[in-house]
Amino acid sequence: MSVEEDLVGQGTPAADRIFRWLLFIALGIGILTLVVLLATVTIKGAPRLDPALITNMPSLRFPERAGAQSAITGTLWVITFTALFSLPTGILAAVYLEEFARPGGRFQRIVELNIQNLAAVPSIVYGILGLGVFVRALALGQSVVAAALTLALLVLPIVIIATREALRAVPRSIREGSLALGATPWQTTYRQTLPAAIPGIATGVILAVSRAAGEAAPLLMVGAVGFITFNPDGLLAGYTTLPIQIFNWTKDSREEFQVLASAAIVLLLVLLLALNFTAIWIRNRTQKRW
Amino acid sequence: MEQTVFRLDDLRVWYGEYQALLGVSMTIERNQITAFIGPSGCGKSTLLRSFNRMNDLIPGARVEGLLAYHGTDIYGPDIDPIEVRRRIGMVFQKPNVFPKSIYENVAYGPRVNRMKVDLDDVVEECLTRAALWDEVKSDLRKSAYALSGGQQQRLVIARCIAVQPEVILMDEPCASLDPIATTKVEDLMRELAKDYTIVIVTHNMQQAARVSDRTAFFTAELDEAGVRHGRLVEYGATRQIFSAPAQQSTEDYISGRFG
Repeated sequence: MSVEEDLVGQGTPAADRIFRWLLFIALGIGILTLVVLLATVTIKGAPRLDPALITNMPSLRFPERAGAQSAITGTLWVITFTALFSLPTGILAAVYLEEFARPGGRFQRIVELNIQNLAAVPSIVYGILGLGVFVRALALGQSVVAAALTLALLVLPIVIIATREALRAVPRSIREGSLALGATPWQTTYRQTLPAAIPGIATGVILAVSRAAGEAAPLLMVGAVGFITFNPDGLLAGYTTLPIQIFNWTKDSREEFQVLASAAIVLLLVLLLALNFTAIWIRNRTQKRW
Repeated sequence: MEQTVFRLDDLRVWYGEYQALLGVSMTIERNQITAFIGPSGCGKSTLLRSFNRMNDLIPGARVEGLLAYHGTDIYGPDIDPIEVRRRIGMVFQKPNVFPKSIYENVAYGPRVNRMKVDLDDVVEECLTRAALWDEVKSDLRKSAYALSGGQQQRLVIARCIAVQPEVILMDEPCASLDPIATTKVEDLMRELAKDYTIVIVTHNMQQAARVSDRTAFFTAELDEAGVRHGRLVEYGATRQIFSAPAQQSTEDYISGRFG
């Protein structure tokens, strides 16, 4: 037999081709779902994707002129304070666990397990906690601050986990180099490890905040108001958010409100996708330098 | 100042239940280059990392016996490892420059130690001493990652001498460098030995023969239970170790018969 005959391929085996198709179909289901979802809400909401959606307040009597302004400002208020409450706490907790706690110690293992479990607790449970602690026990009422504190608890485990992963990605050799020069562990953390981990932390934090922005369940528990025609003017003000507003509009049987709800869904998705793209952009821009 | 910088008396290093290094007794002399050679797992890096208490960072690591620096036990109860590391600098196997500018890499040590110095002067002086100034003087604000491996290692040496240590520990400093960069770092070591005491761990026996004044040969030995421990076999003037070793295992190693 000649070498040439030896080298002629037998074609791709059938099992290979079938497997490749299976992979492709699985991927297709994911992408198709997103496309169908986006297309449906965009087509349905198209008539109300107008400036009035952003500039006008909600209205029960004039659905054709109603807008989501109070829900937009409410969302911004709530997620801003959610970030302000959860970021310092989450980042400091992660720094302690990653840089200062005795590695592999009993305490660290218990805390680690707890944080993993907390990240898996359904958001409605955080709503019940917020209702009991912030709304009633601390008498903060149905306010922006109660909502922000509740959502901060919800995203805290995610912030901690993301920050720990970012810190862990900073090579040991950087810490050793700093300590070998006589820097203290704290100097090493805030001058070397934390700055080097910031892109990773930022990515994780944005994803956590975008999760908070999309939550409805816990806010239903802590008393976001469904119909509100003013913007929040302080931490103790009443508020609504986009997911809550959408929920309330879809409950109304009138066709105009269904259209309005679809338009608001498009708005919410655009907001969340923008946040996620920011996170991806930061991650890609600061590729690993070591 | 007296000649002996370090005096070790029956120094043993443990990682948890595992004894990595059997009792070592030796002295390290001032303004000399002392080389630690030996096969992998012989405890030479472990010993080096004990000199500036970097082993403290490894959970479970502990040291028994005496490691005296100018007569003071650096593992004594009142000793602050941070103060130890200010006087005993270290250069690592892989050039671990910080993700900062060249200038900030050198200025880092004086900054964290709050040294009252003119940083511009320190940066120029240390980069000059590390034979790097002419190559980087117009790029001081550029990222240290833009430098080649050999330049990075010289930057790490400049960074190390910026805190004015007395001793520089080098853990296989040329392991990741090409021969030309290695030659530059070796020349630099000879130059630095005028002012500093240098201890270097190396896998490269020619390097030990070329640069060091004294050489310690370590080996890894199996005990009755089959567990590997590092042991100091022989220590003396480099010339003597390489030309007329007292121990058969030293001769076997340096002539390439094992390891």
